[in-house]
Amino acid sequence: MSTETTPIVEINGVSKRFGSFAAVDNVTLSIGQGEFFALLGPSGCGKTTLLRMLAGLELPTEGRLIIDGQDMSGVPANQRPVNMVFQSYAVFPHMSVLDNVGYGLKVSGVQRPEIRERAQEALALVKLGDFGQRMPDQLSGGQRQRVALARALVKRPKVLLLDEPLSALDAKLREQMRLELVNLQETVGITFVIVTHDQDEALSMASRIAVMEAGQVRQLAPPAELYEFPKTRFVADFIGSVNMFEGRVEAVEKDVIRLACPGLERPIEVEQTDTPPVGATAWAALRPEKIEISKEPPSDPTENATPGRIEEITYLGEVSIYHVRVSEALPLVKVAMANVDRVTRRPFTWEDEVYLSWTRQCGVVLDR
Amino acid sequence: MNLAALFRHREPIGPLEYTRRTWMRLTLLATFVFLYAPIVTLVAFSFNDSRRNIVWRGFSLKYYEKALANDGLIEAFVNSLTIAFVQTIIATILGALTALLLWRFRFPFRGGYEGAMALPIVIPEICMGVAMLAFFSRVGWPTDLPWPLNLSAITIAHVSFSFPFVAVVVRARLEGFNREFSEAAQDLGASEWQVFRDVMVPFMRPGLVAGALLAFTLSLDDFVITFFTSGPDTVTFPVKVYSMVRFSVTPEVNAASTVLIALTVVLTVLALWLQSRAKLKPEEVAG
Repeated sequence: MSTETTPIVEINGVSKRFGSFAAVDNVTLSIGQGEFFALLGPSGCGKTTLLRMLAGLELPTEGRLIIDGQDMSGVPANQRPVNMVFQSYAVFPHMSVLDNVGYGLKVSGVQRPEIRERAQEALALVKLGDFGQRMPDQLSGGQRQRVALARALVKRPKVLLLDEPLSALDAKLREQMRLELVNLQETVGITFVIVTHDQDEALSMASRIAVMEAGQVRQLAPPAELYEFPKTRFVADFIGSVNMFEGRVEAVEKDVIRLACPGLERPIEVEQTDTPPVGATAWAALRPEKIEISKEPPSDPTENATPGRIEEITYLGEVSIYHVRVSEALPLVKVAMANVDRVTRRPFTWEDEVYLSWTRQCGVVLDR
Repeated sequence: MNLAALFRHREPIGPLEYTRRTWMRLTLLATFVFLYAPIVTLVAFSFNDSRRNIVWRGFSLKYYEKALANDGLIEAFVNSLTIAFVQTIIATILGALTALLLWRFRFPFRGGYEGAMALPIVIPEICMGVAMLAFFSRVGWPTDLPWPLNLSAITIAHVSFSFPFVAVVVRARLEGFNREFSEAAQDLGASEWQVFRDVMVPFMRPGLVAGALLAFTLSLDDFVITFFTSGPDTVTFPVKVYSMVRFSVTPEVNAASTVLIALTVVLTVLALWLQSRAKLKPEEVAG
């Protein structure tokens, strides 16, 4: 959806090297006007460096950055049409909330009455309208973050950069802030670029996600596509939880791949258009919630099925994770089942001999 | 009620209740005695109605009057304060800039520079004094300038030994600086100078105040280095006291010292008060 809109940010072959180490390695991508874009990856994958290059706080070793049609090389941080919400929020401790929010306007020479008015407006936007006279040390972490948000939005940037904005908040507040950030983004219509290592955060907020590893973008896709059709084992494993079966491609018939996996009696069958060649080593990636547990083998012969034994059960409230031994040669298979009934009436228990089954439309076969 | 109080008294001493331990109380007492007994004696005998500091003969303010009437003592006092004020301003600025330089930039021989800068802290004062004497006579520093320019040699000497203290204090403060503060200001459109003025200086303020206070007191009571750099017309308070004491310790010296102590205490309290006020309401102080 977003690829059709005009790009506001274009990153062209950008690298950042520290000696021989490449923190960001030849990244090319574009971000559309009004998008909520997430850079997702483990720590040290280069996502923050990329964000800081957009802000102008780091300079790329190679490549070009274009924001709103303007080449950013040679444009210092204080003249770029972007603003940033820092991981530590960096709310100036010696200024009141209102002065903090108005600071960006003050240094750009806006008149005092207008500063007051616009800062107050921005504070109202983040629901801190009555907090203008407070000092930062009189605020909670969540409130400080809102101040940082208002301060970055008050200058009406073309792009708002957010560096791990929710990582310092507690779980409940984090969930609430996700919704608020999405609403805020819709209200102000500014392009948001967020850096996060939390996949839930990226999945729940972003319109598109770039998964990064070792300085490179491994996959760029909307959340659902990323979750259902990961392109590499790294992405499959990093986004959500996954069971991985290594095997050899035995046959490909009418878009159905047959993957022979050592340790499983029957080969795994997966419907997929993009198929690796016969004889190649490949991995079947299967989400825990797509597998069903039953006492009897499934009646449909086209369905994948394997017998197993429940070894562990992890109770997580809304779901239980069953760890099932299908073969001594394979790691335990994780199966997620919603706790529809109360736990006292759990249908399966430890040491039960069961069948695991899943349809051909579940899971993907990956060759990388 | 009584019973409860009795039980509370008999509670065993907890692991963190240091104030209830006898050895702790004794140590505290000893500390106070060693620290303050001489000062208390000095202050008390400044009110003594006797020529000697040995026997208490009754309360009197006559030595304060005498000290005030002693032109040489007053002149030395004014000299000391003038030097202290001027050199504190210079040393604070110089020290803060040095600390910023060492904190902010990487350059060849930075470690060497940092060590060389801190040398005046560790070099014996007597060596510094001799060095200063040798330096000023070598360059032929004029000694017959009118007041207050005749204090310039002492002021320079004081700056050179007190600015490293300011630098060390401010440097320590800067270690706790979150670079995201300056980056945020930059990101919001502030120039280098605006970042410095609006973010760095307010952050350094407690270090600056502490450093300035340190520099001021160091200058005010310095004897050794001043002794080598002062001439007959540029006597400072400590040097003057020394010359007075060589004849006899009179309550007059006590009185003058008490005034100095009072002044230092008042200045310290003032600085601390300013600092706590700055912490509560910075915009009021700034505006």
